[in-house]
Amino acid sequence: MDLRRVKEYFSWLYYQYQIISCCAVLEPWEQSMFNTILLTIIAMVVYTAYVFIPIHIRLAWEFFSKICGYHSTTAN
Amino acid sequence: MANPGGGTVCNGKLHNHKKQSNGSQRRNCTKNGIVKEAQQNGKPHFYDKLIVESFEEAPLHVVVFTYMAYGIGTLFGYLRDFLRNWGIEKCNAAVERKEQKDFVPLYQDFENFYTRNLYMRIRDNWNRPICSAPGPLFDVMERVSDDYNWTFRFTGRIIKDVINMGSYNFLGLADKYDESMKTIKDVLEVYGTGVASTRHEMGTLDKHKELEDLVAKFLNVEAAMVFGMGFATNSMNIPALVGKGCLILSDELNHTSLVLGARLSGATIRVFKHNNTQSLEKLLRDAVIYGQPRTCRAWKKILILVEGTYSMEGSIVHLPQILALKKKYKAYLYIDEAHSIGAVGPTGRGVTEFFGLDPHEVDVLMGTFTKSFGASGGYIAGRKDLVDYLRVHSHSAVYATSMSPPIAEQIIRSLKFIMGLDGTTQGLQRVQQLAKNTRYFRQRLQEMGFIIYGNENASVVPLLLYMPGKVAAFARHMLQEKKIGVVVVGFPATPLAEARARFCVSASHTREMLDTVLEALDETGDLLRLKYSRHKKSARPELYDETSFELED
Repeated sequence: MDLRRVKEYFSWLYYQYQIISCCAVLEPWEQSMFNTILLTIIAMVVYTAYVFIPIHIRLAWEFFSKICGYHSTTAN
Repeated sequence: MANPGGGTVCNGKLHNHKKQSNGSQRRNCTKNGIVKEAQQNGKPHFYDKLIVESFEEAPLHVVVFTYMAYGIGTLFGYLRDFLRNWGIEKCNAAVERKEQKDFVPLYQDFENFYTRNLYMRIRDNWNRPICSAPGPLFDVMERVSDDYNWTFRFTGRIIKDVINMGSYNFLGLADKYDESMKTIKDVLEVYGTGVASTRHEMGTLDKHKELEDLVAKFLNVEAAMVFGMGFATNSMNIPALVGKGCLILSDELNHTSLVLGARLSGATIRVFKHNNTQSLEKLLRDAVIYGQPRTCRAWKKILILVEGTYSMEGSIVHLPQILALKKKYKAYLYIDEAHSIGAVGPTGRGVTEFFGLDPHEVDVLMGTFTKSFGASGGYIAGRKDLVDYLRVHSHSAVYATSMSPPIAEQIIRSLKFIMGLDGTTQGLQRVQQLAKNTRYFRQRLQEMGFIIYGNENASVVPLLLYMPGKVAAFARHMLQEKKIGVVVVGFPATPLAEARARFCVSASHTREMLDTVLEALDETGDLLRLKYSRHKKSARPELYDETSFELED
């Protein structure tokens, strides 16, 4: 029962996405092409985020901590 | 004797101490010029009648999504054009012939691109054939398309009893034959159907004279002239009234017939912002001060073109202010009352009655019989010398066939019905029923949270949809699931980002029908998420208030 409600909710969400982004008026092959391209772009964004964001955060943290450490050493 | 009522008995007559407040002297508005004129006329005026209109702006995310959707549609349009150009896909649209490939391209402008790639995809929502009279319920022929709307075929089935929210049937007079239409049958027997001539040759019938006298009586003007087609009334008569060396000030959102007539006349056209009296005043001042462009001579004539009710916006013209401007700068006024005659005003006489003004103050009153009278054709009314001039000089009178006699009889019957000359008050009841239906419909839609444009008394109700995908989904859903026929409008009839659905409320819609429609709109609005309005319950109306409006002479 719950699974059906969830499926209904997702199909409603997909319908909303279709009418907002003009996919509802495209032909089926165009819809598949657009969905594929969009999913590819999202996948690439997610992958890049997964690979690079931890490294960037670590480097940024080191950079700022070095500056604060420099300040504290000069203050002393 | 003690008088308990509070009035004194004097000479046998009872004097009431409470003085009856004289309405026309109590006003203390800032517009001194208008008050003075009204007092001179002695007529009741509605200058500080609240003009309640609203043109709410869409939330930002809606506009962004709309443009994004059009962007995606455009990208796919380029892709399909590329495929069609290189022969990978069959082209169903019009193309130039092989021999014309080196000429100036015919189909490369944006309008053709839009038609080929965006309009074609959702074309099944327009030009739907119907097979019954356009009353409150009608029958729609079912049609399907096998190749994505390039061609259609009829399945043979008919969708019966669809609620009609699209026809301009304001007073419900466009319906099947009933006993009150017997005079039309008689006229058909005597006069036949065709006139086979123009007004100047042998096409002026006594029916036309009877109709013109009745129209002049209805509008309370000196004379009127009727023409066979409403669009042609505008486009063929404006050139007869103005010419080169004249100035036309036309509203931004005027109908194509007015624009065509203005362009055909050869006069200079300047456009003022929609219903915006300050913009109009600025243009008038510049015209009077600077004159014609190169020679700086005075303009021969200045004609202001407005409409009574604008059908795409649902707004009513701000007539009192425009009349004041016209008098101050000595311009002429032409009002196209296509959607407001018969539908607006306490007895259906149009915008002049709605504002309580004298129709003699407007120079040219034009209207059509298509919307409220269930016929076809148009009229121009005004002073007798104006109408006599048009009888001689109008292009429509010289070249176009005059109005068909059964149609003239239908208009005569409708006019008598509305004026009450047939002995009943049904006509007046219908006008009041239309006003009630309009206010109820608009109020309920605003409570539900839709964005509605326009004046609260205009019976044309535009409901904003914005996104092209939702436009198509809305029209299809309403017809197929809910059996309600609606008209949706998109670019180029409206601005690109403001696609809308336009409802025409009719006096023949019963309360149950309106409730059915409202319920269906509620459900569809929730399904498609169309309730964008940000003032839900307390719909504070924006009061039209012009304080920076100079009128002192």
